[in-house]
Amino acid sequence: MPATATSPKLPVQAENSRSTPAISLQQVGKSFGDFDAVKGLDLEIRTGEFFSLLGPSGSGKTTVLRMIAGFELPTSGRIELGGLDVTNAAPFERDVNTVFQDYALFPHLTVAQNVEYGLKLRKLPKAERTKRVAEALEMIQLPQVARRLPSQLSGGQRQRIALARALVLRPQVLLLDEPLGALDKQLREQMQIELKAIQRDVGITFVFVTHDQEEALTLSDRVAVFNEGKIDQVGSPSDLYERPATRFVASFLGNTNLIEGSLAQELTGSPALVSLRPEHIVVRPLESAQESATSAVTAVIEEIVYTGPTTRYMARTDHGTRLIVQEQNGASSAGAARGSRVRLEWPTRYNYTV
Amino acid sequence: MTALKSPPDTAAAPIRSTAPARNSLGDKISRYLYVRPKMRVTGLLLLPLLWLGVLYIGSLALLFITAFWRTDSFTSKVIPAFTLENFTEILTQPAYQATALRTIGIALAVTVLCAALALPLGLYMAKVASPRMRAVLAIGITLPLWAGYLVKVFSWRITFSTGGPLDWLLAPFGATGPGYGTAALVVTLAYLWFPYMAVPVYSAFRQIPDNLFDASADLGARSWATVRTVAIPLLKPAFIAGSIFTFSLSLGDYIAAQFVGGKTQVIGTVIASNINLNPPLAAAFGIVPIVVVVIYLFLARKTGALKAL
Repeated sequence: MPATATSPKLPVQAENSRSTPAISLQQVGKSFGDFDAVKGLDLEIRTGEFFSLLGPSGSGKTTVLRMIAGFELPTSGRIELGGLDVTNAAPFERDVNTVFQDYALFPHLTVAQNVEYGLKLRKLPKAERTKRVAEALEMIQLPQVARRLPSQLSGGQRQRIALARALVLRPQVLLLDEPLGALDKQLREQMQIELKAIQRDVGITFVFVTHDQEEALTLSDRVAVFNEGKIDQVGSPSDLYERPATRFVASFLGNTNLIEGSLAQELTGSPALVSLRPEHIVVRPLESAQESATSAVTAVIEEIVYTGPTTRYMARTDHGTRLIVQEQNGASSAGAARGSRVRLEWPTRYNYTV
Repeated sequence: MTALKSPPDTAAAPIRSTAPARNSLGDKISRYLYVRPKMRVTGLLLLPLLWLGVLYIGSLALLFITAFWRTDSFTSKVIPAFTLENFTEILTQPAYQATALRTIGIALAVTVLCAALALPLGLYMAKVASPRMRAVLAIGITLPLWAGYLVKVFSWRITFSTGGPLDWLLAPFGATGPGYGTAALVVTLAYLWFPYMAVPVYSAFRQIPDNLFDASADLGARSWATVRTVAIPLLKPAFIAGSIFTFSLSLGDYIAAQFVGGKTQVIGTVIASNINLNPPLAAAFGIVPIVVVVIYLFLARKTGALKAL
């Protein structure tokens, strides 16, 4: 659904030069008692980008978001928004707004009053407020629910109202804390497309927290992968997926075969861990000729799982290493049977040491 | 009544079961009642209904009837003859009018004082305090409920006495306590009924998700704006529920007024002093707080706050 094709645009924040990062974290740390949730973090988020903080629960990504919003104050380090030091500023002093995980709509206010809330606090004249509320509801394509209470809306509608309530204030940065987490899969995918379109339209920097790697890869210009209070890697989705910096990044983003020991030695000439994506491997008959610039091992197919668009093979190589292979259905397939001996082959460049 | 399911259709047919036959008297009664849901409901509610209907409503009805009787001014004997004299006297005598209005004013002051104290305390307990601190405060709040009423009133009488603890405490500031009177009465009543306000407000506060406060700050609200536009509207039902108790209990009290009220007369003290001299007049005056509370409940119902009860 092209959400914003006909909707009015919110003006783009142009005053920030591209060279000043929208957000800059310098050696930021946060401890809760004995627990170090975030450890000496450095991060720069560029103006206008869709940036995701990705990691498992407890990895510190939400704490970082809450420190940017001002709900938590860092134990150490410095936070800048558009070049201004906001390390210890209160939430209401920061030009950022948040879309909360469970929306946090005010249950006693109508949809229109919810969206108007921040405008009222800024003491904008009534006419201006009404106009901007209408525009914001138009943008999320829900002008018809303006007078309803949040409890009368579906999850997807509430999510969009939360988005409108934050965007109507035209912040420099919009923070989104797992905003799609509570939606079912289909709605989630639809909202992903809408979110991306809205972000492109309004041109505001989006900082998006998620534990869903697919969501992060789909939406983001860049992603920071969090692991135990630190950032393991920052990069574009393809950087992260194809050139993971650590074992954690390789295994957290999608499925991967982590190869060690003698097979790793044989493939790359070093004992370092090799990450090999299942979809890069093809199953070929033993007697076929090996393509050039490929690596290959012989293996026995132990299990075959049909998933619809793909088929997965669990194979055990002669070295005793288990490899997962994912093949697109409909592509030329070896049609290997369970128990058969095959050759697993992949372009050598996909041997990625981590 | 969902617990009282109608029996399955086959209940009347002989039950084929591998369980041994059970035929004690208790079993027979249970079996008899099992197929007669109306009998079960009657059995369940008979005693409470008798209590409510005969003793509770009945005594109120007696009070109401007495209010229309007369007292012989010479013999002080109650004459059961219909008259509106008592009501005319209450409604026209300035002394009675002033007492009724003063009592309502005191009850409202007690309610406002309780609400004003319950708000910050509830906020602290629900959103700031550690679980341990929360437990300590919860005990602290309900503590007055554990002590005898008279003991509590007596302790406030000592507090407010001339040269008593309050005077001593205020002496360094060049001030003295208010002494026995309306102010002392309001403070004492607020102390007595505070738990009835603090507990609902605190539990309502706990039910407000934290992120509503975050969202409010995020959208630009300072603390007081958040309290005013988010917390208070969401706590309204709790305030109203609590106020029903603080208001109606204050309206009916007379012991506190006797102990710390000094010369302050309230409806309760006037009734108490007439109970032997002129019971019909006392009964008629006793109807006043009932009417006021009914009006109060009606207004509370109109706000929609009672739906949650």
